[in-house]
Amino acid sequence: MWRFIASRVLQAIPVLFIVITLTFFLVRFAPGGPFSTEKAVVPEVKRALEAQYQLDQPLLAQFGSYLTDLVHGDFGPSFKYPGRTVNELIAAGFPATAELGLYALLVAVVLGMAAGIVAALNPNSWRDYVPMSAAMIGICMPTFLLGPLLVLIFGLWLEWLPVSGWGEVSGDKILPSITLGAAYAAYIARLTRSGMLEVLSQDYIRTARAKGLPEYVVVFKHALRGGVIPVVAFLGPAFAGLLSGSFVVETIFQVPGLGRFFVQAAFNRDYTLILGSTVFFAVLIVVFNLLSDVLAAWLNPRLRAGLGVK
Amino acid sequence: MALLEVSHLSVSFHTRNGIARAVDDISFSLEQGQTLGIVGESGSGKSVCCYSLLGLIPRPPGRIDSGTAMFAGRDLLHCSEAELRRVRGDKIAMIFQDPMTSLNPFLRIGEQLIEPLVYHRGQSRDAARKQAIALLEEVGIRNPSQTIDCYPHEFSGGMRQRVMIAMALIAEPQLLIADEPTTALDVTVQRQILELINELRRKRNLAVIFISHDLGVVAGIADQVLVMKDGRMIEQGPVHSLFDNPADAYTRKLLAAIPRGAKSAADRSTNQDLLAVNDLTTRFNIIDHGKSSELIAVNSVSFRLRRGEVLGLVGESGSGKSTLGRSILNLIRPSSGSVCFDGEELVGRDNQQMKPLRRRMQMIFQDPYASLNPRMTIYDTLAEPMLLHGIASKTDVDQQVLKLMDDVGLARAYIRKYPHEFSGGQRQRIAIGRAIATRPEFVVADEPVSALDVTIQKQILELLLTLVERHNLSMLFISHDLAVVRHLCDRIMVMRAGQLLETAATELLWAAPAHEYTRTLLSSSQTELPEAR
Repeated sequence: MWRFIASRVLQAIPVLFIVITLTFFLVRFAPGGPFSTEKAVVPEVKRALEAQYQLDQPLLAQFGSYLTDLVHGDFGPSFKYPGRTVNELIAAGFPATAELGLYALLVAVVLGMAAGIVAALNPNSWRDYVPMSAAMIGICMPTFLLGPLLVLIFGLWLEWLPVSGWGEVSGDKILPSITLGAAYAAYIARLTRSGMLEVLSQDYIRTARAKGLPEYVVVFKHALRGGVIPVVAFLGPAFAGLLSGSFVVETIFQVPGLGRFFVQAAFNRDYTLILGSTVFFAVLIVVFNLLSDVLAAWLNPRLRAGLGVK
Repeated sequence: MALLEVSHLSVSFHTRNGIARAVDDISFSLEQGQTLGIVGESGSGKSVCCYSLLGLIPRPPGRIDSGTAMFAGRDLLHCSEAELRRVRGDKIAMIFQDPMTSLNPFLRIGEQLIEPLVYHRGQSRDAARKQAIALLEEVGIRNPSQTIDCYPHEFSGGMRQRVMIAMALIAEPQLLIADEPTTALDVTVQRQILELINELRRKRNLAVIFISHDLGVVAGIADQVLVMKDGRMIEQGPVHSLFDNPADAYTRKLLAAIPRGAKSAADRSTNQDLLAVNDLTTRFNIIDHGKSSELIAVNSVSFRLRRGEVLGLVGESGSGKSTLGRSILNLIRPSSGSVCFDGEELVGRDNQQMKPLRRRMQMIFQDPYASLNPRMTIYDTLAEPMLLHGIASKTDVDQQVLKLMDDVGLARAYIRKYPHEFSGGQRQRIAIGRAIATRPEFVVADEPVSALDVTIQKQILELLLTLVERHNLSMLFISHDLAVVRHLCDRIMVMRAGQLLETAATELLWAAPAHEYTRTLLSSSQTELPEAR
């Protein structure tokens, strides 16, 4: 087990290095810079600023010193938020993003698995077609359409829920979570359905029925474990995607999260902030993929034996 | 009163392609402590018949059209689902064909064993567990207090079937339905499982319905036999009279199809060696429990095959016989040793260097469902090797394909059809046609009839014998079925754990097996006709 994790962590190092290198050079080669504005800046001022942020040094030297800082956990100062470091900005934005992501994941798993199981138990009936059609629509519908639509229905017409905000009024976290989680719920529903359908046709489910077990035992004890393995393997990438893809939802609902910083940083050529958030998300994605792989393997006794635990 | 009284049971499947009658007016009765064997070929409805008694056929598309099944005072066919559920696993239990897939791989066997007690009897898990350990001991699982916490994949096939039997019997049912319980097992293990079922039946006065396609197996275990074909009952009666005086032509055909006795065709072996195998070894690296280890699948095997000879290779699953067959043809690269085919060394050749020899040596695989490309018509499948090896030219390939189809007994009209349109036997004819399309001198046949019904099996064996004669073939015939091998081969090699134990002329091996293991193998595979009991 530990050997498996250690080898995966070691594999992650070159991945992260490639991500850092690519991002570093791509943003540098993009036209413009953090201090180019519409108004002409006095050349001396610009030079002084560039010297302060070491932008006057050769590119490779900058890359070297950035890597050195990074190893010490220092993402460097922000170019556009004077006096604040990237670490501070991430720390300020991440809690809201993480919370939003977590709720959205919860919505996705609960709704998605429930719909998938119902559909798999009643294949080719209306209880299959309705949730699966809804899932298809959920996958197709972009968040910038679904968000305003939900706001319109539940916020303005029915007046059940607040239309925006995060942690200010009770219930204001519900709509953003659903908006962000919907597409993932739809995907999980489809994964659950196909996983469960496959397991339900296995010989050992027939054995369970032949033992006279109640249907809920057959479904939840005998079938679900094998049926959700594809879902569990998807959870890692899903959570990483929820965290890094929440920009639109954060904007619609005025959530003070990380996505905002991320997009603004790109517009502003805030080199260190772009790099910092990219590296941060890359680490998250690697970690969550590893976690879901370990969990999926642990659910399967054969693979668990391969991991060296029993 | 009989324990189970089934009368006029009819079951049909309603699909988009129409209505298929799977079971048509079947009646039988079964007393306490008796065994009823239901025999038929695949698709005869024998499994559906039993599954529908317990409501285990999927409905829809399945539908029970008529009939009653009185069991302990109630009609199983007209019970509510809840009532039926209480009967299943408690009063009537089942074991299935494939113990590899019939146990839940995600749950420890202990958990699966105690379920009938927990859900039917409301017993505490601890008490149920104690009973499960005792029962595992009884069915012959060693060290049950530890192995009860293992997962199914940690057991061998035979052991898993023992676990299945324990699971079926734990709630002390009155009736056990066994659906081909030994078909997926090796012959020596098969024998043990049959003895176990028989012993438990005597001890518990259990009624057993034993479903099988194998008349020999049924003859050894059943009191009454019911023969089914296409959903209908052909014949029913006590095992002795049925085997001694079969009333129906179909039953006689089934009995005649059991391969029995010595090879009928003449031994065509010459004195000339076609194939000389010396010290052939094939190793695999396997990774298990995170550790990599080496499996020696074929361990320094040496033998000779003469031109015109049919050489049998027998052994249980995992003995390395298929690996040996493939290593000889260089489909798996041997680790060391030598394979000399008509004076040419094969070991160490790459694919390009093998190509000129491939024409002369071909292989027939076990599963005609998996080994034919589903997207190629028969014409494509048969024409491809002929064009590739220059046997036929573009102009005469059509003629050649038709001739080949005549040769293997396929109607010419089928030429544009795809494999899925054929039955298993016809597919194996296609596969054989493909193998002999290049006019090889040597063919490796790897269990070519073990996926087929007994009557079809007989036809395919006859076809192989004819082809051997007509095309002057030499053949290595791999099988786990000794009766089949005896029927076909001039000499037999016995293989176990990667090594050849003995090689002898067929009838000599039967008369005087030199090795202890061969004796076990032979005694397990005797087709037990009733008079031998």
